[in-house]
Amino acid sequence: MSGLIVIQPGIFSLAQDSGRFGLHSIGLTTGGPMDRNAFRWANRLCDNSQSATAIEVTVGGLVLESTTTTNIAMTGANIPLTINQQAAALWQSHKIIPGDRIELGFAVAGSRGYLAVAGGFQIEPIFNSVSTVPREGLGGTTQDGTPLQAGQILPCQALQHPLDCLSVPSQQRPDYAANQARVRVVLGYQQDAFSEIQKQLFFSSQYTVSDSSDRMGYRLKGPNISPSIDGILSEGICLGAIQVPADGQPIILLNDRQTIGGYPKLGSVLSLDLGKLAQLMPGGTVQFEAISVERAHNLLALDEQRFNNSQLEPANK
Amino acid sequence: MSKPQQSISIAGENSLIIYFGDKPSAAIASEIAQAAQRLRETIGQVLIDLVPSYGSLLIIYNPLQTDHHAVRAAIRRALSSLTSEDDQLAGRLVSLPVYYSAESGPDLQALAESAGLTTEQVIAIHQQAEYRVYAIGFAPGFAYLGEVDPRIAAPRLATPRTKVPRGAVAIADRQTAVYPAPSPGGWNLIGLCPEPMFDPEASPSMPVQVGDRVRFTAIDRAQFLALGGEL
Repeated sequence: MSGLIVIQPGIFSLAQDSGRFGLHSIGLTTGGPMDRNAFRWANRLCDNSQSATAIEVTVGGLVLESTTTTNIAMTGANIPLTINQQAAALWQSHKIIPGDRIELGFAVAGSRGYLAVAGGFQIEPIFNSVSTVPREGLGGTTQDGTPLQAGQILPCQALQHPLDCLSVPSQQRPDYAANQARVRVVLGYQQDAFSEIQKQLFFSSQYTVSDSSDRMGYRLKGPNISPSIDGILSEGICLGAIQVPADGQPIILLNDRQTIGGYPKLGSVLSLDLGKLAQLMPGGTVQFEAISVERAHNLLALDEQRFNNSQLEPANK
Repeated sequence: MSKPQQSISIAGENSLIIYFGDKPSAAIASEIAQAAQRLRETIGQVLIDLVPSYGSLLIIYNPLQTDHHAVRAAIRRALSSLTSEDDQLAGRLVSLPVYYSAESGPDLQALAESAGLTTEQVIAIHQQAEYRVYAIGFAPGFAYLGEVDPRIAAPRLATPRTKVPRGAVAIADRQTAVYPAPSPGGWNLIGLCPEPMFDPEASPSMPVQVGDRVRFTAIDRAQFLALGGEL
C-alpha cells in the first residue's frame, strides 16, 4: 500500500486517533491526542473526520518520504517543517507527490505537533482505536503500543489529484511561545477535603511543569497543598483530574492516565485547556482558575460552535 | 433502596461519581454493578464510559448531548431501582485454576512462615473464600479481588519485583489478583493461573468483570502445563 515511509521516527512519535472509549471497565485508558484542538485542525485541513488517525510528534525529529500523491498538514507546536528542504508553513495543508521528503526539526515553542494526511493514516485499530498507549502495550502501527519506528510505512490513500491547499485563520491559531497556561478547573471529587485556605493557595499560586511530565500526567511543582485525608478507596479518574499525593504537589492526569487511583482529587481541568497544558515544556508555568460546571458546559458548547463555524482559508501559495 | 450513604458528586466537566460507601463489600459491589447496568440501559447513548471501583461508580457523559442535571436524575432513578435480595447472588461465578507451588509461587513459603501456617494451609485458605471483583485497573485486565482471609493477608514486598510473570496469583494485604501480563509488582506470589486474564483477541477480552465472584481451584503441575501454562 502507498503511504509515507518513516526515515527517522523522531524523539517520540505516536499514531493517535480521537481515543479509545468505553473500555475503562477492563482497565484501558483513553489515549488520544494531548492537544485535541491542534489535532482536529490538522484533520480538518486534510478534509478528514475529527477522529481520523494522525501522528502526534513530541518535540520533533520525524522524517518521512512519500510514495504517494496526497495532502499533509502539520499543526500544534512550532516545529519547523520542510518539504524537500523548502520551509513549509504550519497550520496549512500541502501537496505531496511520490519522492517528497517531509522533515520536522525540533520544537521552538510548544511541545507536540500533529501531522495529518488526506483520508487519515490507514492503521488497523485494536479495541476500536488506533491510539498508541505504550504503557498498556496497545495501539499504533504494530498494535502493541510501540511508537513509530524507522523503516515502517504509514499507509494512506493515494489521491488522483491533491486537494487545494488550505490554511487555518490566524485568529484560530494558538500561540505557545510564552510557555505558560492559565487553566480553568471544575471543582469536584474530594474538594471538601481541601480547606478554603488550601484552595486559595492553589488558585492564587503559580506552578511549574516538572521534568517528569508525560502523557500519563503533568507533575507540577509549587506550594504544597495539603488535603485533610491521605488517601481514599481507589476510584475512577476522569480526564484532567487534579490529584494531590502526600507530598502536596499536584498532578494533572491526562490521556494515558491510570483508570483508577486512590489519591485525593480537587477537581478536574476543563478539557479545552488541556491542550494548552500539554504544549508546555518543562519549566512552563500554570495558573488555575475555578469555574462552575454550568460555565464549563457553556464553554464546551461555544467552542464546538467556534470550531464548526470557522472557515478555512485558501493558502497563500 | 437509595441508602443514606449513597451520594453523588461532580468529578469534572463531563463526569459525576456515585459513592456507595467507604468500605468495600459484596453488597456494595453488587449495587455498583447493578447501577452501571441500569445506566447503560437508560442513558447509554450519552455515556462515554463508566468506571466501577471499590465503593464508587464514575459516570462519564457527553456534555454536548446532555448536562449534569439530566445525568443526576438518571442516576437517582437507577439508584432507586437497585434490589438487595439477590446481592449475594449477583455477578457470575468464575472459577480460576491455580498451580500453587514453590516453583510457581516464589513467596508462598515466606508468606506461610510469617503467617505461622504450612504452605498447604495457605493454599487451602486461599481456595476457601469466594472473592468479589471490586475493581479493574492498574494495567489492562488487572482485577482486584477481595477479601482475603486475614490469616493469609500479607503486606506488599519491601522491594517490588521488576518483573512478575503473566498469570502470577498474588496477595497484597487483604486483596488477591492474577497478573494479566508481565509487569513490575510488589505483591506476594503464591501460584500461577494458566487462564488468560486479558486477551485483546478474545471476546470478551477478560473472563471477569467488576461485581463478578471468583473462586480459585488448585491444579497440579501436569494440569497447569496441559492448560497452556508456562513455567
